[in-house]
Amino acid sequence: MAIPVIYNFRSVISRWTSAIVAVLGIAGTVGVFVAMLALARGFRATLVSSGSYDNAIVMRAGATSEMMSGISLDNIKVLQDEPGVARTNGDPLVTSEVVVVAPFPLRSTGTDANAQVRGVSPNVLTVRRNIRIVQGRMFRPGLSELIVGRNATNSYSGLSIGNKVRFGGGEWTVVGVFDAGGSAFDSEVWCDAQVLDDVYKRPNNVFQSATVHLSSLDAFQAFKDAVTKDPRLNLDVSREVDYYAKQSQTMTRLISVLGGLVASVMAIGAIFGALNTMYSAVAERSREIAVMRALGFGAIAVVFSFLIEALLISFIGGALGCIAVLPLNGFTTGAMNWQTFSHLAFAFRITPDLLLGGIIFALAMGVMGGLFPAIHAALRPVATTLRSL
Amino acid sequence: MVSVNNNGNSSSLIQVRGLNKTYHRADEQIQVLQGLNLDVDKGDFVAFMGPSGSGKTTLLNLLGGLDVPTAGAISVASDEITHMSSGKLTEWRARHVGFVFQTYNLIPVLTAFQNVELPLLLTRLSKSERRQHVETALSIVGLGNRTRHFPRQLSGGQEQRVAIARAIVSDPTFLLCDEPTGDLDRKSADEIMALIEELVAKHGKTVLMVTHDPVVAARAHTVLHLEKGVLVEGSKSRQSVTAGGVV
Ligand SMILES: Nc1ncnc2c1ncn2[C@@H]1O[C@H](COP(=O)(O)OP(=O)(O)OP(=O)(O)O)[C@@H](O)[C@H]1O
Ligand SMILES: [Mg+2]
Repeated sequence: MAIPVIYNFRSVISRWTSAIVAVLGIAGTVGVFVAMLALARGFRATLVSSGSYDNAIVMRAGATSEMMSGISLDNIKVLQDEPGVARTNGDPLVTSEVVVVAPFPLRSTGTDANAQVRGVSPNVLTVRRNIRIVQGRMFRPGLSELIVGRNATNSYSGLSIGNKVRFGGGEWTVVGVFDAGGSAFDSEVWCDAQVLDDVYKRPNNVFQSATVHLSSLDAFQAFKDAVTKDPRLNLDVSREVDYYAKQSQTMTRLISVLGGLVASVMAIGAIFGALNTMYSAVAERSREIAVMRALGFGAIAVVFSFLIEALLISFIGGALGCIAVLPLNGFTTGAMNWQTFSHLAFAFRITPDLLLGGIIFALAMGVMGGLFPAIHAALRPVATTLRSL
Repeated sequence: MVSVNNNGNSSSLIQVRGLNKTYHRADEQIQVLQGLNLDVDKGDFVAFMGPSGSGKTTLLNLLGGLDVPTAGAISVASDEITHMSSGKLTEWRARHVGFVFQTYNLIPVLTAFQNVELPLLLTRLSKSERRQHVETALSIVGLGNRTRHFPRQLSGGQEQRVAIARAIVSDPTFLLCDEPTGDLDRKSADEIMALIEELVAKHGKTVLMVTHDPVVAARAHTVLHLEKGVLVEGSKSRQSVTAGGVV
């Protein structure tokens, strides 16, 4: 049998001042690691949740974002009659949209940040069914009225119900607040697409995208095939969820790479901290190790014992790091959405698997910090150590 | 029966033949043991004496398989230990040797019970069997009521008793005690010696002990002196010491 774990446990506790260096190093590293991943996840989740599985977004062929796309009203009229488009009372559930960005002062800093302003069709709520008006009312077609997302009304001063704001050379009245379930739309400002075109003096009857509510989940392929094969159209069709998942990639990668880099650098420091703690543990307890060896515990048992001790320390560090960042869960922050150059509010998202990942990361640092000291402990000559006082 | 002349009974428990130990320090060579012979029978109680630096600890370390000789052979109960791999030697120690050190060497973070239990963790005994053995060993050394004490909560004499309990709990073939009373006052030393005598007399243990103290040495059956790298018989013994004795 192996050297009892109670030995390591009590040893760590009795020398906690030495262990604290390793514990804090690992806790800090795991905290940053988990927080960064939670940030990336939150960002991704916000964008992905914007898309509905039973919606399709249509843009000009080759366009990677709405900003670079354009669709004429004629094309949209053709689209509306393609198979797979849902209808109520014979009317197609399609919203043709125009997107611009406009600066509004942030409540937090007072400085301007770009919000995405989306001109939509008046029937937009029948297409995007996860969006509800929670305050005030829907804009009236043809009027300079705005409805604003929950995060937009919280983030920007001036975007509250009843307020008048100026942008794009026109004056607008905020008439409603909508809840988009924490998705990217929550950071947007919506109005009638036709009015937006007029105010911005854009060519009438040109839109940037159309979002189609599908008659069923399976109707996507039929719709897509019909659109791509239609000789009158030169358009790309994606599921709305896929489009938003793709939009999140650049930022998610950026956060992950940066976070990974920071966490790696910190991990190196933490591993040195663990090495230091474990080497001094081995040095301080060399006599105890020699006694165990004299009693008949093998070299392997000693290696395991000190590895377990390193794992114990790193687990405590990992758990502490996780606990420390847990309050960030749900905390809303903002970042630039590089695809649209607009401000996007999203929340840290800490999930159990992320915490598990943090603990595994901690244990990995523990192994790296503990292995060499453990081997060193096992290789020390027994007789010589017992001799020295 | 103990012999130091390379002519002991071939059935001796411990047989040491031509034992050499040379330490190398820088360019210097220190020849500590030079052709040492020794035969010890089961149930013997031997004291080794000799000036500081004469090689007493070196001899015990070799006998206990903690170190390897430069030349010569040691066999214990017909096991030749000098050629064992270090892994085998470790297993051998667990089965055959009980160590008692001058400075007790208890594990400070473990209770008396847990310290004594350590050697049993290397056996196949069940938890309840281990408990029984530990309690027996602690009651033999008179500490049946101190099982949950930590070493720092015990006196020096009591710590040494726990160490002795740890040495005997797995019923090893022999005990090696390096100045077991070296850190104790006279009264505690007497108690420890009484305990060791009892282990020999009542429990049939074989004990090899190093001491500086003639009073302590006098309690052994045989006193041997380490001089110039070999053992010579002492002036004094209670039982039979055969000088070159052929049986
Ligand atoms: N690892 C080593 N390297 C070099 N020399 C050593 C080593 N161990 C012991 N020696 C030397 O070997 C000699 C014998 O040492 P040993 O400890 O066996 O003596 P001892 O009889 O036990 O002495 P004491 O009565 O002081 O305990 C000493 O001169 C010592 O310096
Ligand atoms: Mg010595």
